[in-house]
Amino acid sequence: MSASAVHSLWTTAAQQPVDSIPAPHIEYSQLAPMLIVVGAAVLGVLVEVVVPRKARYHSQLFLSVTALAAAFAAVVGLAATGHGTTKVQIAAMGAIAVDGPALFLQGTILLASLAAVFTFAERRLDPRAHGKHVDSFVAQAGSVPGGEGEQAAVRAGFTTTEVYPLMLFAVTGMLVFPAANDLLTLFIALEVFSLPLYLLCALARRKRLMSQEAAVKYFLLGAFSSAFLLFGIALLYGYAGSVSYARIAEVVDGSVRAIDPALAQTMGNDALLLIGGAMLLMGLLFKVGAVPFHMWTPDVYQGAPTPVTGFMAAATKVAAFGALLRLLYVVLPGLNWDWRPVLWGVAIVTMLGGAIVAITQTDIKRLLAYSSIAHAGFILAGVIALTPDGISSVLFYLAAYSFVTIGAFAVVTLVRDAGGEATHLSKWAGLGRRSPLAAAVFAVFLLAFAGIPLTSGFAGKFAVFKAAAEGGAGALVVIGVIASAIAAFFYIRVIVLMFFSEPKPEGPTVAVPSPLTMTTIAVGVAVTLALGVAPQYFLDLAGQASGFVR
Amino acid sequence: MNPVNYLYLAALLFTIGAAGVLIRRNAIVVFMSVELMLNACNLSLVTFSRMHGNLDGQIVAFFTMVVAAAEVVVGLAIIVSLFRSRHSASVDDASLMKL
Repeated sequence: MSASAVHSLWTTAAQQPVDSIPAPHIEYSQLAPMLIVVGAAVLGVLVEVVVPRKARYHSQLFLSVTALAAAFAAVVGLAATGHGTTKVQIAAMGAIAVDGPALFLQGTILLASLAAVFTFAERRLDPRAHGKHVDSFVAQAGSVPGGEGEQAAVRAGFTTTEVYPLMLFAVTGMLVFPAANDLLTLFIALEVFSLPLYLLCALARRKRLMSQEAAVKYFLLGAFSSAFLLFGIALLYGYAGSVSYARIAEVVDGSVRAIDPALAQTMGNDALLLIGGAMLLMGLLFKVGAVPFHMWTPDVYQGAPTPVTGFMAAATKVAAFGALLRLLYVVLPGLNWDWRPVLWGVAIVTMLGGAIVAITQTDIKRLLAYSSIAHAGFILAGVIALTPDGISSVLFYLAAYSFVTIGAFAVVTLVRDAGGEATHLSKWAGLGRRSPLAAAVFAVFLLAFAGIPLTSGFAGKFAVFKAAAEGGAGALVVIGVIASAIAAFFYIRVIVLMFFSEPKPEGPTVAVPSPLTMTTIAVGVAVTLALGVAPQYFLDLAGQASGFVR
Repeated sequence: MNPVNYLYLAALLFTIGAAGVLIRRNAIVVFMSVELMLNACNLSLVTFSRMHGNLDGQIVAFFTMVVAAAEVVVGLAIIVSLFRSRHSASVDDASLMKL
C-alpha cells in the first residue's frame, strides 16, 4: 500500500478545529423497551445495596416483572403505531434498527423472559433450609461448596437475589442484539447478554461443582468465540471503512458511490470480506449452538440451574438468530453465493448431529440440549431461504420454540428426589403413573419438539421447511424431515418411558410448585397449543413483521 | 511505515492467542490468551482506522477495552470460585460432565 493512501488524519483534524460537537439525536420513545429494562436492571443493583435482605426478594421480583411487562407494552405500542410495518426507521444515529423483525423478536424475548422470571422466583420446590424458603440459587456464590461459609450462609437464610438484575441486564443485551444496526452495537449487545449469563450459570444451589464447571466452560468458550466475532468485525471494518450495516452492504454489493483511494484498495481485497464475514458468522453460530460450534451446549445446559437453562435456551436462541438474520439479509445478501453453501453444510450437520447424538443421552437436560442443537439446524434451514417467507417462518419458529423450551425446563425443575432435581432418564420411568398431570404436560412439550400436528412445533417446522423448499433448498428439506424423524424417536422414547414402564420404588416425586411455576408451565402449554391449533394469526403477524429496514 | 505490517502483526498475535486457548491447560492462561486475541483485534481496528482516515475503528477499540475489562471481572470471579472449590484451575480437571 502506498503512503499516499494513508490519510493524515491528525494533521487535517488539527488544521480544521471544531468549535462544537453536535449532540446526537436519540429517539427515546422508539428505544423505550430497551431503556425500560436497562433502567430496571440498574435499579435492581441499587435495591441490592439499599433494601434490607428480607425485603429484597419481593422487591426484586416486583421490579423485574413490572419492567418486563412495561417493556412488552412498549413493544406492542410501537408495533400498533406502525413502527414495525410502515414507519420502520433507524434510530439512535444509526445504531439501532426499529423494524418488524426487531420488534417481533423483542416481544418474544420479553414474553419468554417474563415466563422465565417466574421459575427464577420459585421457592416451594426445595425443602426449607432452617425454616427459610430457598430457591434454585446458591445461598452465597463466593462460598466454597460444602464448606463452613456455605453452611453459615444457608443458616442465615441468604439468597442470591442478584439473579434478577443479572437477568435484566442479559435481557437488555438480547433486546439490542437483533436490532443492532452496526457492528459495534452488535458486539456490545453480545457481551452485555453473555457476561450475566456466564455468572447465572455458576449459581446453582445443588450440584455446585457442576454448576461452576458449566460456567467456566461457557465463559472460556464464549470469550473465545466473541474474540473471533470481534476479529471478523475488524476485518469487515477494514474492508468497508465503516461499521454501519447499510454502508457495508453498499460496499459489498458494489453500489457505493464515493470511493476514496483507501477504500478502493481495501475493496479490492476479497480476503478481508470473506475471512471477516466467516469469523462474524462463526461468532453468531456459536451463540445459536450450531454444529460444529455446539460443544458448550450440553455441558452448560446440564450444569446451569434449570430455570437459567430454560431462560438461556429460549431467549439466547431468539436473540442470536435475530442478529444472524439481520446480518445475512441486510449486510451480506450480496455475498449469498458464498455464505449459502457454507450454511447448507452447517444446517445439515447441525440437524443430523443434534438428532443422532441426542439418542444416546441418559440425562434429560442433556437430551434437551441436543434437541436444541437439532432445532437450531431446522431454523437455519429457514434462514437459508433468503426470502421474506424465510424471515417470517424463522420468526414464528423462534416464538413457538421459546415457549416450549421454557415450559419443558420448568417441568424438569419439578421432578425431584433427595438430591434435588432427578435429571437422569432412568428415574423418569413410570412418572406418568405417579403423577399423570406433570407427565402429560411434559408429553405435550415433547410432542411439540417432535413437530406433531396440533402443536406449535408442527406449524413452525412446516413454515420453515416450506420457506426453505420455495427458496430452492429442497434437498435440505429432505434431510430436515429425516432428522425430524430421528428426533421424534427419542422424544417418543421419553414419553413411552414415562407412561409405559413400571415406576421404581425409590423413584423421584413431583413437587407441587407455587403459582409462579404453574403460571410458566400453563403459559407454555397454552402458547404451544394455541400456535398449533390456530397458527394463522401468528403466521400473519410474523409475515407482516418480515421487512428489514435498510 | 506501511500500516499493512501492523495488520500482519495483529493476525500473528491473534493466532498466538488462539493457539494458546487451544493448547494451554490452566484456565487463567487460557483466559490471558483470549485477552491477547482481543488486543490483536484492537491493533487491527486502529490500523484500519488509520488507513481509512476515519475514527470508527478507534471508537470500537475503546469499547473493546471496556468490554475486556468487564470480561476480566466476570471471568476471574468464575475461575477463582472454581479454584477455591477444586484447588486447581486446570481446564482438564473440570470434567464432571462428559458424554
